[in-house]
Amino acid sequence: MIRRKLGHLSYAPEGFVPAELVSAVTAHGIDDTRRAFLRSSFAAALLGSTVIATRSSAAEGELEILEKQPWQTTLGKPVAATPYGLPSVFEKNLQRRESPGLTRVSAASVAFTPLQGLFGIITPSGLHFERHHQGWVDIDPAKHRLMINGLVKQAKIFTMDDLLRLPSVSRIHFIECGANTGLEWGNVAVPTVQYTHGMLSCCEFTGVPLSVLLDQCGADLKKGKYVLAEGGDGSGMTRTIPMENALDDVFVAWGMNGEMLRPENGYPLRLVVPGVQGVSWVKWLRRIEVGDSPYASKDEAVHYIDLMPDGLHRQYTSIQECKSVITTPSGGQQLHATGFYNVSGMAWSGRGKIKRVDVSFDGGNHWRTARLESPVLSKAVTRFNIDWVWDGSPAILQSRAIDSTGYVQPPIRTLRAIRGSRSIYHNNAIQSWEVGSNGEVSNVQVG
Amino acid sequence: MFRSAERRSPPPPSRGRSGGGWGGAILIFISVALPATAADKFPGIGRTATGAEVAAWDIDVRPDFKGLPSGSGSVAKGQEIWDARCANCHGTFGESNEIFTPIVGGTTKQDIERGRVASLTDQKQPQRTTMMKVATLSSLFDYIYRAMPWNEPRSLTVDETYAVLAHILNLAEVVPDDFVLSDKTMDSVQARMPNRFGMTKTHGLANARGKPDIQATACMKDCAEFVQIGSRLPDYARNAHNNLADQNRIWGPFRGADTSVAALAALSLSRSVALTQSAPSSAGEDAVPPAPTGKILYAKHHCAACHGLTNKLVGPSFRDVAKRYQGKSDVNVVLERKIKLGGAGAWGNIPMPPHATIEASDIASLVSWILEGKF
Ligand code: HEC
Ligand code: HEC
Repeated sequence: MIRRKLGHLSYAPEGFVPAELVSAVTAHGIDDTRRAFLRSSFAAALLGSTVIATRSSAAEGELEILEKQPWQTTLGKPVAATPYGLPSVFEKNLQRRESPGLTRVSAASVAFTPLQGLFGIITPSGLHFERHHQGWVDIDPAKHRLMINGLVKQAKIFTMDDLLRLPSVSRIHFIECGANTGLEWGNVAVPTVQYTHGMLSCCEFTGVPLSVLLDQCGADLKKGKYVLAEGGDGSGMTRTIPMENALDDVFVAWGMNGEMLRPENGYPLRLVVPGVQGVSWVKWLRRIEVGDSPYASKDEAVHYIDLMPDGLHRQYTSIQECKSVITTPSGGQQLHATGFYNVSGMAWSGRGKIKRVDVSFDGGNHWRTARLESPVLSKAVTRFNIDWVWDGSPAILQSRAIDSTGYVQPPIRTLRAIRGSRSIYHNNAIQSWEVGSNGEVSNVQVG
Repeated sequence: MFRSAERRSPPPPSRGRSGGGWGGAILIFISVALPATAADKFPGIGRTATGAEVAAWDIDVRPDFKGLPSGSGSVAKGQEIWDARCANCHGTFGESNEIFTPIVGGTTKQDIERGRVASLTDQKQPQRTTMMKVATLSSLFDYIYRAMPWNEPRSLTVDETYAVLAHILNLAEVVPDDFVLSDKTMDSVQARMPNRFGMTKTHGLANARGKPDIQATACMKDCAEFVQIGSRLPDYARNAHNNLADQNRIWGPFRGADTSVAALAALSLSRSVALTQSAPSSAGEDAVPPAPTGKILYAKHHCAACHGLTNKLVGPSFRDVAKRYQGKSDVNVVLERKIKLGGAGAWGNIPMPPHATIEASDIASLVSWILEGKF
């Protein structure tokens, strides 16, 4: 007998649950109305047949265990059925998504990472957030070149073949857009952690240190105080990077999570600038120029500048300061029961390692220190966990990270006191999630 | 030609090593074939860039105008270019908010004198325009030359760039109607940029050693006398990001709230029921049907920059186009011509730019797909 796969409904005989209900349940999950209807379907079926076990009469145990399941009684699919593997069909809800109305055209827009469904510290390549200014391109690596010019003894050209022969490093770093959480400067604007914090990803990158390439060209390190990085796509994104960063931990990467970069993330070459906002991690990197003063490119002179209350813009703000967020439970989720939960989240700092994360369940009145999971790496996401027994009363969950420099993640009111609420960029405030007595979790701001 | 070819080919090994009359040739060979950097740790990797290659790619212009190419363009010429190639996205006066934030607006004569834009503090201007923010004229030249028009970057000449920038500056009343912008006059205009003194580099966010401006404390208990919620999403926005149940895992303890209906009155489900699992749609197991050719071409040729399938952007939605021409004969040819040559008048005053380089067969497929109206 061939059974249709319908989760726990699979033990029902064919045609026993009305088709509309199946599709409604499939689309929306089971709510109370549908559940009640389902129960009456079961009851009706029971009248006609006494051999069908139901939940209420299954005294011996759960049908998932007592009954043989289709995946246990059939031959599975062959190897390489999906030559490039895909997530289970049960995971299809976790996708990159645009925030409706945020941008007007989707080639100059953002798709956010679904942080609410991720574990550990690594962002799967297909879920790495996307931010493009002029669409994304898929560049033939055989036609891609990296030029290094400016204050160098010898301007040089490197092919991808050249670059992959050089000694490479592999490092795990977070990348966060400077405008991450930017919608929330003034008030709560979006419902879930995907939209509040989803311009954050963390991957292992592989490439060659920029210092190696600069050395190879004989860069003038006396006069050359800055480098300009330029992309090879239509936007020709350009960003200034101080030479001290460039020589420190910046690298020119082709690998991401063990495979080549995805085109949306700059295939075949991008800059990795640890601790610095994502816009500086120039994608489709084609040129590095050594110079003696900053370049004030469009995205350093019109955007990625932080408006202060006195009307001045802070220019060349780069560092992503210490920040954390609880990802489960988080906004837009629904708890269905009281009792024990592992509360989990992510913490990161552009200035070094995470030293400690504290969690509050009462809106910031009392705090407990969370467990940091290994690895704890510099300028990378650190996963934290803490035990919680929910008694069903309303709660406000917050997390507060402290980094290796001693910097403490601030409440939103402390940030606003100095920077006002119109700066768009670099909002690293403590995030609050309210758990209602009905189990629904909402984005709120405290104070 | 011959000489250089000969210089590049290595000398016969036996004679090369014998020295003597070949010494000079060996020297020349070495200076051409080996990289000149003394500290070459990685022999054989990378090559010297030619002057023409550097010139082709190195087009950046700095605030001190290093890199500025020589050339010029008038406000009048710039207006022609603007109307033909920029206005459809940015509005006739650079005021449009439809595709991107406005370029012009919010600056005054006093701002030009002072070098600071008042509307950045008095908040009288609802939206911050490009001209309100930008302090350095070089940034606009550099950007327009490298990236605009958005759907056809690197298609402007140097002179066209000067002209169209002159027109933008004229719209913002920074330069007069008869102005000619050139590498010689950029300096004088920089001295009139409305927000030229509007940037500060005094802050601790430039590098990892910078001193933070925010000092918070890590209080552990009795930290807040009372906790008050200052902001939350209004009820009417409950489903504004679509149903959150569909954006969370469908099993496990942290599922999405069903925002297509009102919030639950109370925690109503018992633990066992909560573990009930709903199944994914069976369609998820089938292969995703390929997108129709039209839709692929729509993305490929960037029609999406101006046309939504069901919503109006710069141009009409394709659904509206399909509706208008439903059942009319011979309309394919007319529309194919219109896409190829561009033009205005059928839907309003904003012209569609010409699409001269798209193959006729692609345009034909696009038109049939649009007229089919199945989006
Ligand atoms: C097809 C639509 C389109 C056309 C045509 C177009 N632009 Fe743009 N323009 C955009 C978009 C979208 C952006 C924002 C890009 C980004 O996000 O980086 C932009 C950005 C700009 C900016 C920077 C504004 C800012 O505040 O960042 C300038 C200046 C500009 N365009 C000038 C021009 C000029 C001059 C032309 C004509 C030669 C032109 N544009 C044609 C869509 C267009
Ligand atoms: C830069 C903006 C822009 C782009 C890019 C663009 N269009 Fe248009 N399109 C317009 C505007 C504006 C109109 C309305 C013109 C009018 O009123 O006659 C229009 C009108 C149309 C019409 C209706 C013409 C009529 O006479 O009723 C069709 C069909 C069309 N566009 C197809 C396309 C296709 C296909 C592409 C991609 C190859 C494309 N457009 C790209 C702006 C654009």
